[in-house]
Amino acid sequence: MTREQLEMLKELMALDFYVLELSLFLNTHPNNRQALEDHNMTVRKYQDLKMDYVRRYGPLCIGCVSEYPWQYIETAWPWEIEY
Amino acid sequence: MWNYEKILQYPVKVSKNDLEMAKYLYAQYGGPDSELSAGIRYLTQRYFIPTDEAKATLTEIGTEELAHWEILGTLIYKLTEGLPVQALRDAGLGAHYAQHGKNLYPHDAAGVPWTASYIQSHEDPIATLHENLAAEQKARATYEYLINLSNDAGVIDTLSFLREREVVHFQRFGETLDIVRDYLENEGGRRDY
Ligand SMILES: [Fe+2]
Repeated sequence: MTREQLEMLKELMALDFYVLELSLFLNTHPNNRQALEDHNMTVRKYQDLKMDYVRRYGPLCIGCVSEYPWQYIETAWPWEIEY
Repeated sequence: MWNYEKILQYPVKVSKNDLEMAKYLYAQYGGPDSELSAGIRYLTQRYFIPTDEAKATLTEIGTEELAHWEILGTLIYKLTEGLPVQALRDAGLGAHYAQHGKNLYPHDAAGVPWTASYIQSHEDPIATLHENLAAEQKARATYEYLINLSNDAGVIDTLSFLREREVVHFQRFGETLDIVRDYLENEGGRRDY
């Protein structure tokens, strides 16, 4: 995995985590408008970056579009990546 | 349902092989207060818990614990990867090798297999949420012992992240307990005991 790909992957991991952290907070604070705005903004950023990453480096999940042949099995497994 | 993503929740970077540390990390892979216990506990407790906040919290924290379980698996894999059998034997992992080869198995740091009796699931939401508050503190304490046992900056960094998550989960379960108590006092007053 190139340095460039790894940096992009780590950014994606961070956004994914931020979405989770905000949603966990919202589960017990559903009326917090600021957290909800942050959540929605982060979700959009995450989705854009994920689409960009998958287009460049291949699928991260079975619901990602793939080139021929099926690329899902070829992208790196999380425990095998040198972070 | 669950969807798998080929990403970790937090990066795992180890600076060298360390079989002894791998052995200790099994405490959180398949021990009493492990991520496996946490995930199965919360996901099992969801069905009869009152309030939507509580259902969401159990579902989401339970799911996050499975992501942590994968981080532990990754740590153990990276600390063990590429070493000869003799090294496993020297580090006290010979018995593990005899039964599983180099692959992982959900047992604790002493090799005791994971069992569902580590967890409890009650209909009573007060009992359930108190169990979870205790579980988060026990997991936090275990991470602190593991951090004390490690001298690898990468391992310590990942363990510190996991420790911090237990603190956040404790906080969220505390808020959930307040919400459920409120519900029981105001709306769900009738109880069958
Ligand atoms: Fe936790």
